[in-house]
Amino acid sequence: MTFSYHRAESVGDAIAAVSRDPNARFIAGGTNLVDLMKYDVERPGRLVDITRLPLKGFEQTGGGGLKIGALVPNSDLAYHPSIERDYPLLASAILAGASAQLRNAATTGGNLLQRTRCYYFYDVATPCNKREPGSGCSAMTGVNRIHAILGASDACIATHPSDMCVALAALGATVHVAGPDGERTIAFEDFHRLPGDEPQKDNTLAHGEMVTAVELPAPRFGANHSYLKLRDRLSYAFALVSVAAAIEMDGDVVGEARVALGGVAHKPWRDPKAEGLLKGQIPSSSAFAAVADSLLSGAEGHGANDFKIELAHRAIVRALGQAAAATPQVQSSKTVN
Amino acid sequence: MSTSQTTIDPPRPTSLTLTVNGELRTIEIEPSVTLLDLLRERLHLTGTKKGCDQGQCGACTVIVDGKRVNSCLQLAIMKDGCEVVTIEGLGAPGDLHPMQAAFIAHDAFQCGYCTPGQICSAVAMIDEGHATTSDEIRELMSGNLCRCGAYTNIVDAIEDVLSQRRRHLEAAE
Ligand SMILES: Cc1cc2nc3c(=O)[nH]c(=O)nc-3n(C[C@H](O)[C@H](O)[C@H](O)COP(=O)(O)OP(=O)(O)OC[C@H]3O[C@@H](n4cnc5c(N)ncnc54)[C@H](O)[C@@H]3O)c2cc1C
Ligand code: SF4
Ligand code: FES
Ligand code: FES
Repeated sequence: MTFSYHRAESVGDAIAAVSRDPNARFIAGGTNLVDLMKYDVERPGRLVDITRLPLKGFEQTGGGGLKIGALVPNSDLAYHPSIERDYPLLASAILAGASAQLRNAATTGGNLLQRTRCYYFYDVATPCNKREPGSGCSAMTGVNRIHAILGASDACIATHPSDMCVALAALGATVHVAGPDGERTIAFEDFHRLPGDEPQKDNTLAHGEMVTAVELPAPRFGANHSYLKLRDRLSYAFALVSVAAAIEMDGDVVGEARVALGGVAHKPWRDPKAEGLLKGQIPSSSAFAAVADSLLSGAEGHGANDFKIELAHRAIVRALGQAAAATPQVQSSKTVN
Repeated sequence: MSTSQTTIDPPRPTSLTLTVNGELRTIEIEPSVTLLDLLRERLHLTGTKKGCDQGQCGACTVIVDGKRVNSCLQLAIMKDGCEVVTIEGLGAPGDLHPMQAAFIAHDAFQCGYCTPGQICSAVAMIDEGHATTSDEIRELMSGNLCRCGAYTNIVDAIEDVLSQRRRHLEAAE
């Protein structure tokens, strides 16, 4: 690791420092970037430290939503009283991810921008189209237990590992971005991208653009929600499959349902058509199974991860059931109710 | 207050000031030095252990500005002006921190390699205030692996300190 270092004094200073140097990167909590630098996967020539910038606050928005600063640590976000009360799905998803130490260091912006990746991506001795475009994908015919079943391409079958982002997708968050050409907002579903034939691109940010905040719409799913994460260990492991389920009831029937999947695609996976199947329905296992069928209709395994299709189906039905019964999965509980 | 320059270009050693276990330290380092390597190699505080060096085991856990973090994933230069507490700063022979004493009383280690990280993590976890049940302790301590499998005794030691604290708080009321 050899790089020059700049501690940004302002958002403008940070953007200018990164945008004028193609080899420069922002660094926030460092938990993903430093890790990848140690493996020689990321080789920035210059690090621009954004941790002293004033992006650590929460701000109520006009529409009854909440704007979260890009540098709010994951742990502070999960335990913030407004998040616990109004967006418990988000709090739960964050607490399902990584470890307490990592959540203390990791930031809101960094969590969004952590690389979509797999173990071959880390291993510079193996071909990987994401790390080295055109070199091939080792996972395609290799060990692919953790890989994608939805939205993959011939070039890459990696998954986005974030838990927080699965909840943000379900809640319909908006990402606020500042860059050399000014500010813009990006709908959450447009922030991360599918691999296509450019798997080196995880998201739609341009070089030099910085996430300044994530905005949540007014709360709607405080009562009926669940984040169900299934993995090879009971804690501190990436999801094989995770489900963020949220339901807004309208009397006895479903007014609106949201289902986002983690661990199955290059980005948090949603399908409004599948969610729409629940509208006006009385919650039931068969109604939830129809949603799962629809969400997974295009699912495709690559051998070692074939089991994920059935696992995802069951997890969707179970998480929607937990949400409908208002008995969300508790992350410290190691049984699935 | 921060003393090092805000731009180091090209890469070269620069001066960094930190409070480590209550003592103000100024050290020359390159930007690539992690907090873990700074503690062990430059300050010779070898109580903090290097296990995986990748954020996966928790052996390197220290407390920075009151929060437990994996020191192997922190660049020291970014911690300029911060306050760091390591296992050496929690207590010393003859004057043990209650968590250190509880680990001994409950036989909460075998080889001891993960222990400094476990203890720093447990002390900070209690301050965070989100662990009351043993399930919550297990979940919130899951960032600290123990290859010897001393987990049940580790949870017992932490529960002991938590209940000492509860008794102490009740007595103070
Ligand atoms: C052992 C281990 C286990 C983990 N397990 C999980 C898990 O189970 N679930 C989970 O969700 N996550 C998990 N993580 C990942 C963790 O959540 C991320 O590493 C973390 O969220 C990244 O945030 P950061 O602030 O540390 O980012 P950094 O490492 O600082 O940055 C990551 C990337 O984002 C860019 N960046 C940072 N901030 C901004 C910004 N504001 N604008 C633009 N670009 C920016 C950086 O340039 C860099 O490319 C795990 C990590 C480790 C090491
Ligand atoms: S799945 Fe993607 S990240 Fe993994 S080896 Fe293939 S191209 Fe690389
Ligand atoms: S040495 Fe830092 S987590 Fe293992
Ligand atoms: S006591 Fe040996 S690793 Fe924990």
